[in-house]
Amino acid sequence: MSDHDKIYSTRFQDKVERSTVLMFIVTAIVLAVGGIVEIVPLFYLPNTAMNSKDGTFNRTVHKDGKGNVVSMDKIVWNPATSAHKTLEDWQPGDGVRPYKPLELAGRAIYIREGCYLCHSQMIRPFRDEKDRYGHYSIAEESMYDHTYQWGSKRTGPDLARVGGKYSDEWHRRHLKYPREVVPESVMPNYYWLEKMPVNVAETVQTLKVMTMMPFNPVSKTIYTDAYINDAKTQLEGKTDLDALIAYLQGMGNHIKFEEGVNYRD
Amino acid sequence: MEVVRWFTIAAAIYAVVGTLIGVWIAAELAWPFLNFDISELTFGRLRPLHTNAVIFAFGGCVLMGTGFYMVQRTGATRLWSNGLAWFTFWGWNLIIVLAVITLPLGMTQGKEYAELAWPIDILIAIVWLSFGLNHIMTVAIRKTSHIYVSNWFTMGMIVMITYLHVVNSLAIPVSLTTSYSIYAGVQDAMIQWWWGHNAVGFFLTGGFLGIMYYFVPKQANRPVFSYRLSVLHFWALTFGYVWLGAHHLQYTALPDWTGSLGAAVSLAMIIPSWGGAMNGMMTLSGAWDKLRTDYILRFLVVSLAFYAMSTFEGPVMSIKTVNALSHYTDWTIGHVHSGALGWVAMVSFGAMYHMIKKLYGVEKMYSEELVNVHFWLATIGTVVYIVAMWVSGIMQGLMWRDYDEYGTLSYTFVESVSAMHPYYAMRAIGGLIFNLGAWIALYNIIMTVRQASAVRNANAVPANA
Repeated sequence: MSDHDKIYSTRFQDKVERSTVLMFIVTAIVLAVGGIVEIVPLFYLPNTAMNSKDGTFNRTVHKDGKGNVVSMDKIVWNPATSAHKTLEDWQPGDGVRPYKPLELAGRAIYIREGCYLCHSQMIRPFRDEKDRYGHYSIAEESMYDHTYQWGSKRTGPDLARVGGKYSDEWHRRHLKYPREVVPESVMPNYYWLEKMPVNVAETVQTLKVMTMMPFNPVSKTIYTDAYINDAKTQLEGKTDLDALIAYLQGMGNHIKFEEGVNYRD
Repeated sequence: MEVVRWFTIAAAIYAVVGTLIGVWIAAELAWPFLNFDISELTFGRLRPLHTNAVIFAFGGCVLMGTGFYMVQRTGATRLWSNGLAWFTFWGWNLIIVLAVITLPLGMTQGKEYAELAWPIDILIAIVWLSFGLNHIMTVAIRKTSHIYVSNWFTMGMIVMITYLHVVNSLAIPVSLTTSYSIYAGVQDAMIQWWWGHNAVGFFLTGGFLGIMYYFVPKQANRPVFSYRLSVLHFWALTFGYVWLGAHHLQYTALPDWTGSLGAAVSLAMIIPSWGGAMNGMMTLSGAWDKLRTDYILRFLVVSLAFYAMSTFEGPVMSIKTVNALSHYTDWTIGHVHSGALGWVAMVSFGAMYHMIKKLYGVEKMYSEELVNVHFWLATIGTVVYIVAMWVSGIMQGLMWRDYDEYGTLSYTFVESVSAMHPYYAMRAIGGLIFNLGAWIALYNIIMTVRQASAVRNANAVPANA
């Protein structure tokens, strides 16, 4: 046997590394496994806030300390069962709802300015995070967040429950000149947001797109055609700063969390 | 081979630009007035430009240049299509130019390392496939019986990055520059970090391991220490790395099992990673004296040391109890840079110097001494950077969770911000030192090329070696 034909590893390995096609196919299969195992189940197992359309969220069951099941309608706002039937009537505590037009415009600015690079929106179940930010975040709270905003870095504080924590006026001053309010802050000044009108056409289009999403779309009973048409009037005359503040103020107060319930189980 | 020259020189330029933007945004965190109240220069807009410039402009040009170089050398053949290679070169550079224009304008999809707007994403897919097709077809027309191990790694990278880019970038456009991911919340987070960690795993590790397996033996003039170890290294990484993304989401709303699975596989990955690092290091056994005189070899060996260090640090950080402290802090940033500066950039510079000499047929660089200066600047810069981030990261984590004797939080958030200031300044300095090294590399490469062309013109030899 010449050196050329000698097998230095196993026969299978030798075969694979002599064939471009085999190398390509075997590699492609081996590479696919991890992603399939970790990602695909998140679309059908419970506790991933994937709306299964029958309202059960893949049989997600959150139980309180006594073992009683907490209705999903208390966690995710369902206009059919809620006392508050429209987005305008919705009250904090009614459950997770889709964004209102101005908030959606503000969210686009949050993404455009790269806020997620320094602020997280994901509170972990630790004592210090509870004391600092509030109840730990749960999957349902970001179910309408197409392009999730959990973030990966806290150069600034977590914002998952910033809604209602400060006044609109505080946010206005802070966003424009952060160091006027918090002298040690390293955040850039965003006073120029006040001069920019919100992009009405793009926001209206975003509302439409959110109803077309293949996963967790906003129900057309919430974003009705009439609601989308009416969005213009809510957006006219508003600035990017107004929108961003509306987005921040709507964050984290959707669910009325009860003691003793394991919301991640 | 002409296209490889262009990729190499482009990489040298992007190394300077990418790290310079990095230094700038690092300085913005230390001295916020540097945002200058210009929206295009704010941290939030420039940070994606920094990551895209270093990963895809610098890293991408290195990978494509070395990929085309190695596949021809190891297969004793020419590229399958020279025209397609030029398409890849110009296409990739067009994407980089578009990134430089769009990211500071705030046109982003808001997914880390996948920020570019959807039309650019489509362009990336086309150019990437042109690179992949050309590479794989060149492997197919090789004159050697076996496919060399470097090309396995490059092929693995080509396939995986295609999977990742396509799945992670699926979005519905709202306008020409804005779009929203078709996934939301938990699913989007997992898919994003499946992408995010494997951009590290296959672009910045797999691809560069291919470089290591070719350029370390070449530069040391010794065969790879163990062929069997390289087989294990390749298949273990190919199978295992894919699982790691979930460890970025410990204690989040992602189900517990996914993060635990990610951490378990992360820990297991220490074995093949260290096996691979040892394989590279041991290739030098019997030739360690070369380190005294061969500055390029220094780059390659130190890169392996950083590779070993990062691939130990990473699994440690994926353990839940450690992650509880390290997540959201600068420790992560330090870890990324020990990999990106210490491993990826160092091995790249080693390979680039090696290729420049071969491609321009010169025995020495314009200044070998400057290679050494660059080596020390890069090493010192990296160490200063990561030490600053270790200290600031661990300090942040400890401050956030600290309680006083009355059971209330000891520090407000902003106290942790102001405590970071000296370390942010130190990090900017570390980055600046590294950046100076990149300038020197660029100067040295340009002078070498000029000298070589001058000699060549004098000898009147056709310029297509």
